[in-house]
Amino acid sequence: MRREPPQTLGDYLPLLFPAAMLTIFFVVPFGTMIAVSFFQRQQGGFYTPAFVFDNYARFLSVFFGGVLGFSLMLAVIVAICCVMLALPFTYMLTRMARKVQVVWLVALLSILSLSEVIIGFAWSTLFSRTAGITNILVALGIMEQAKALTPSFGAVLTGMVYQAFPYTVLVLFPALVRLDPTLTEAARTLGASPLKAFFTVVVPALRNTITATLIMVFIFALGSYLLPQLLGRPQHWTLSVLITDQAIYQSNMPFAAAMAVFLVLVTLGLVALTVIAGRKGEAA
Amino acid sequence: MTSIFRKAYFFLIGLFLSLPLIVVAGVSVNQKQTLAFPPQGFSLSWYGEIFLNPEWRNALFASVTLAVLSAALAVAIALPLSWFLWRRIAPWANIFQLLGVAPFTLPPVITALGMLTFWATVGFYGQPWTAVVSHAIFFVTLPLVTLSLGFTSIDRSLVEAASTMGADERTIFRTVVLPLILPYIVSGYAFAFVLSLNEYIVAYMTVGFTVETLPIKIFNALRYGYTPTMASVTVLFVTTAAVIFSLVARFGDLPKLLGAMSSDGK
Repeated sequence: MRREPPQTLGDYLPLLFPAAMLTIFFVVPFGTMIAVSFFQRQQGGFYTPAFVFDNYARFLSVFFGGVLGFSLMLAVIVAICCVMLALPFTYMLTRMARKVQVVWLVALLSILSLSEVIIGFAWSTLFSRTAGITNILVALGIMEQAKALTPSFGAVLTGMVYQAFPYTVLVLFPALVRLDPTLTEAARTLGASPLKAFFTVVVPALRNTITATLIMVFIFALGSYLLPQLLGRPQHWTLSVLITDQAIYQSNMPFAAAMAVFLVLVTLGLVALTVIAGRKGEAA
Repeated sequence: MTSIFRKAYFFLIGLFLSLPLIVVAGVSVNQKQTLAFPPQGFSLSWYGEIFLNPEWRNALFASVTLAVLSAALAVAIALPLSWFLWRRIAPWANIFQLLGVAPFTLPPVITALGMLTFWATVGFYGQPWTAVVSHAIFFVTLPLVTLSLGFTSIDRSLVEAASTMGADERTIFRTVVLPLILPYIVSGYAFAFVLSLNEYIVAYMTVGFTVETLPIKIFNALRYGYTPTMASVTVLFVTTAAVIFSLVARFGDLPKLLGAMSSDGK
């Protein structure tokens, strides 16, 4: 049976349910959120339909600029750390026996599926004074006294790299599996050390993949909504945390919605920018 | 030399990935209600607590119910859509594929907030079933991706043969397409199930004040004082995920599902 265009109205029937569900429960909510971002906030947590830019005007503050700047910087650092750690890891993983690969993939998937709540809890435990890693160092005689390593920027960064690392590996995996093994073989035959072959052959061959992965991990890290809150101080809060905070605890839905719309625009804008940059790079 | 480097690198990554879980597992067997590591004494009572303490048991029940139903709904949305895209030439219908992938690609807070404003506007905010619908939309990407992959791997000549032998559309779907696509349905369901089980922000923003799922319960417990039950639930979650993904790997082709096409393919 070849693919053919739908002929009768009945041929469209299977599309009805998925299309309706996705339209009603994704497109409409998305539209609702955009609409609410222009609404007027009432005292006490309610809002009334209006068309005001007040919620967007609040972006023009030093505080908001600081949060945005910190969010972007944090996501960039997380993306760079993850790709640097995951690239050699994934490369070596794809060259291993299939069985070993499957074991690692299962482990990575299990960690990737973990709730941010659980990751945050696990790291805050590991960084705590009573049950933390410093106790091990004390037991080994390296440290004198156990101490808490959280809240701190290092804790936030570690937690977020932990969360994004499995994601990075899984994004890199398909491209690295398909990488032509004769490339490195050729380099090795010509006398390059494995390390040199990796950096002079594999990394340049994967330039576009690496750029794409950096963006994807960046967006992933931008979405982290709990770890900065659980592992950091208020000055480590990101835009995602702020949106949650405004929506739930400050009951300021219009402002939260405006920030969410802004976050979507930033995300899409960066993706577009990099796509354009990539095209230029190829053309040159 | 390089093999030593590789082993050391994998060991360090493995340590990084497992260390928090090892500590949490250690905490979960503490004898008393302390968050100590190395554990003081040994007791499995904190695992019993998940099932015996009504609060934790209700949260477990809520989480499992939500995951079972929302994953099923996600598959119910993804299956007809991916079948249609495979069977028909209708380029404009790809927009729905894009819509299905979008919620998962955007930062989760966006979807959560969209759902919150939507359910509040239509007046169902807080109803337990709204979380099922929200999760189904949020995670529809997973069955959609596995099923699209599954359909591309079907040999069209098989379907052609069935058609030549006089089978109608319905019979072909039941006897040829469905058996071939079943592993992809199962793995899509499994991915959506595990992620729904762990999901916090969408559940919290839709039904956070009426239903307590396990991640919500853990978060609330984090704010109002620690208990080793949080650790035992974490271990339970990690184990569940590992078992489910091992089963997917055992009965399916995990590297292929994750995008590594077999050597004959594209």
